[in-house]
Amino acid sequence: MPTKLSARLSSFVLSLFLIAFALPAFAGPFEDAVAKFANDDFSDTDEAIGAVASSGNKLAFPIISALQDGRLMADPDSKKVYVTGTDGKSIDAATGEAVASVPDSASAVRLNNRLRRSVDAALGSLTLQSPDLGARLQAAQSVFKSHEETALEPVESALAKETNRSVKTALGEARAAILLFKSDATEVQKLEAVATIRARGDQDALALLSDIGTDQPASVAKAATSAIGSIQNSLAVWSTVQNAWYGLSLGSVLLLAAIGLAITFGVMGVINMAHGEMVMIGAYTTFVVQEVIRTRYPALFDYSLLIAVPLAFLVAGAIGVLIERSIIRFLYGRPLETLLATWGLSLVLQQAVRTMFGPTNREVGNPSWMSGAFELGQITITYNRLWILCFTLAVFAVLLAMLRYTSLGLEMRAVTQNRRMAASMGIATSRVDALTFGLGSGIAGIAGVALSQIDNVSPNLGQSYIIDSFMVVVFGGVGNLWGTLVGAFTLGIANKFLEPVAGAVLGKIAILVLIILFIQKRPRGLFALKGRAVEA
Amino acid sequence: MTPHMLTRSLDRGAAIFLTIVAACGILIPLSNLLLPEGSALQVPTYLVALWGKYVCYAILALSIDLIWGYCGILSLGHGAFFALGGYAMGMYLMRQIGTRGVYGNPVLPDFMVFLNWQKLPWYWYGFDMFWFAALMVLIVPGLLAFCFGWLAFRSRVTGVYLSIITQAMTYALLLAFFRNDFGFGGNNGLTDFKDILGFNVQAEGTRAALFALSCLALIASFLICRSVVSSKLGKVLIAIRDAESRSRFLGYRVESYKLFVFTLSACMAGVAGALYVPQVGIINPSEFAPGNSIEAVIWVAVGGRGTLVGAALGAIVVNYAKTFFTSGVLAPYWLFMLGALFILVTLLLPKGIVGTFNAWREASRERRPAAASAAAEDGVNEPKMAEERS
Repeated sequence: MPTKLSARLSSFVLSLFLIAFALPAFAGPFEDAVAKFANDDFSDTDEAIGAVASSGNKLAFPIISALQDGRLMADPDSKKVYVTGTDGKSIDAATGEAVASVPDSASAVRLNNRLRRSVDAALGSLTLQSPDLGARLQAAQSVFKSHEETALEPVESALAKETNRSVKTALGEARAAILLFKSDATEVQKLEAVATIRARGDQDALALLSDIGTDQPASVAKAATSAIGSIQNSLAVWSTVQNAWYGLSLGSVLLLAAIGLAITFGVMGVINMAHGEMVMIGAYTTFVVQEVIRTRYPALFDYSLLIAVPLAFLVAGAIGVLIERSIIRFLYGRPLETLLATWGLSLVLQQAVRTMFGPTNREVGNPSWMSGAFELGQITITYNRLWILCFTLAVFAVLLAMLRYTSLGLEMRAVTQNRRMAASMGIATSRVDALTFGLGSGIAGIAGVALSQIDNVSPNLGQSYIIDSFMVVVFGGVGNLWGTLVGAFTLGIANKFLEPVAGAVLGKIAILVLIILFIQKRPRGLFALKGRAVEA
Repeated sequence: MTPHMLTRSLDRGAAIFLTIVAACGILIPLSNLLLPEGSALQVPTYLVALWGKYVCYAILALSIDLIWGYCGILSLGHGAFFALGGYAMGMYLMRQIGTRGVYGNPVLPDFMVFLNWQKLPWYWYGFDMFWFAALMVLIVPGLLAFCFGWLAFRSRVTGVYLSIITQAMTYALLLAFFRNDFGFGGNNGLTDFKDILGFNVQAEGTRAALFALSCLALIASFLICRSVVSSKLGKVLIAIRDAESRSRFLGYRVESYKLFVFTLSACMAGVAGALYVPQVGIINPSEFAPGNSIEAVIWVAVGGRGTLVGAALGAIVVNYAKTFFTSGVLAPYWLFMLGALFILVTLLLPKGIVGTFNAWREASRERRPAAASAAAEDGVNEPKMAEERS
């Protein structure tokens, strides 16, 4: 019965508080302080905030948070103050008793910017000792940012009791922030504070240090300047790391979308404009799998993607084989016509999905092991991006192994290198074509499963990837899959490093222009096929 | 001699085509303006604007046929040249609004006032003069095509690679024109036009005149294309289409020929766009969408590539079908039909309507004893299919 236990614990803690603080508070100062809210005077309100926050009364938190949200109503006539709850019910702020309604003459207690800062600080110190770890951490962070002198005492007392390491660090940093701005702190204290903040090393620390003003002792100012320099350096390194991570993540998505295209284009010389629609079909397969699981076997939800991957491969692969047998095989040797026919096919497939599933986005959920994020130094890494990167590399490795070690892979390579010779050696080239096309489409389907986790599942899903995928293939060259790998990650990383400089759209335009220029230098991509096949 | 017969037979098709276009260009505006409204023979104004749009599409299709049908360059970005021509005309029309805009600024178009711009960007200078805008309609698409083609053809980017990078080009332009700070009205594009050369854009007379002008432009484009493809230059283009390496080894500078025809084609597309904008009343970045360019290619495929007449015919037929189907209860099925059109035409009707018709007539003439061998000329009319694949 964990809920009951925690309820009992919290009531125990509450009663401890009541014994420790509430008894003297009931004698009058708390009520007096609350009544000051009704004066409609900013300095009175400020005093009231300080008094209520330090009173230890259990109503202190609801009152201050109501004040922050504009839910604290004061009646200037009767000097009574009310807290309107978010649920519409109201209580008397001084006694905590429920009231039927707030009188009409009452109005919300007004705040100005200075008061808002003290409200934030008061709220921060009130939650510094909350039993919830997350709340404590957050409170410590908010004190760090507001660094109100009044918070020093609560921070120090919280620091003495704190046992959790990360909260302890955060409180230490909060204390350092306060001391740094406290006018009567000693130089030694301030130097220590600068060192602590320097160790924190993030954007907030930087903002704090650049904000200390000119009236600091020379040694402190010097230490702060050097700390700013070192934080800026480390932040620059971290932002590079972050861009690289985003780039890898984007690159993995591009690779996943383009890898199937590389196979069909590389082996068969077929431009499949309907490739994006295979991705979309994979995403919709995931949607259907999740729908079935949701309605029939909710317990299996975490396994939905594991089920969807083979299914998407089969569905998209089967459609791919069907397309190859019914359309593409009649168009071999006419790449431009293939391009047009598959474009038409993509229109048909999009419209078919639109008719079946509706034009709006369908919701595909993240299984629990794919949601959330973790911190690595100064950057945040989300699990779904990480899994997609791993998944992409796994697909790539499997595909590479398949091409190298299986007989189908051998036949595919033979057909790529010299179709006629392969046919003369007894390889059924048309069968290889169909299977290759099916394989490429199936991999697109798998890509759809992964993309359903980070993108909207709509009939237009495929279209947004098709041009990027082509760019990857054209850039990497069709000689081998490594070209696709290098192409995808290069484009992904280049894109993410250009983005902060040029903005998302301009960055993308720059990439497109660069590729167009690159094609001039190497018309067949980075890893071009060599030998006679080139002219075929 | 057979080449003589061939030219004559083509001339007959061309003559019929030119007569029809000229007749439409004269009769439709006259009927719209002179006959009383409600009369059975009167063409309503909305139809004049609609058909004017088709005629502009036909010019675009001609420009694509010139490079795809006769030189084997499949551009999937011709919509970009069309849109650039349209923007050049749109900028002139925007400057003509003057103080009649919502904000009443005599120099700045409304969207710039809205974005708090203080002065006109330099690239908007001169667009208050019609001759300058008209020049830009030709120069901007032409220059882009020249630079792009110079880079692409010199390094021998051909076939699907070229198609893909032309698509990337129009896609990049699409993204760029969507940006507000690019100075072309962003998402909304240019619209709310008031008048052109002092005539009200909405007026019936202006619309009729624009229609007649579009027909004239179609005739002119057709004659230019005809003279290019029937000249010696055109023969070299066809040689490049059918065997590029061989033409190069024979000593022709393939890239110069390609560059010339590509630039010419882009200028024609620009003119089509410039005529399109005042008739439609708006130009926005969606004209750059890669899908539009591919759709334009399918008009040519439907009509028959390498026939010129077919390209124009295809543009009108497909767009008429589009208007017909998307306005009724069949609207949800239009994309199915368009998609099926792409597939069926490439699979079953690779020569298109006009090409198939020509082939059928050739064949029936061959059955008559008088006709000698026309087989040799077949290759001129229909693109060679690469046969290295089994």
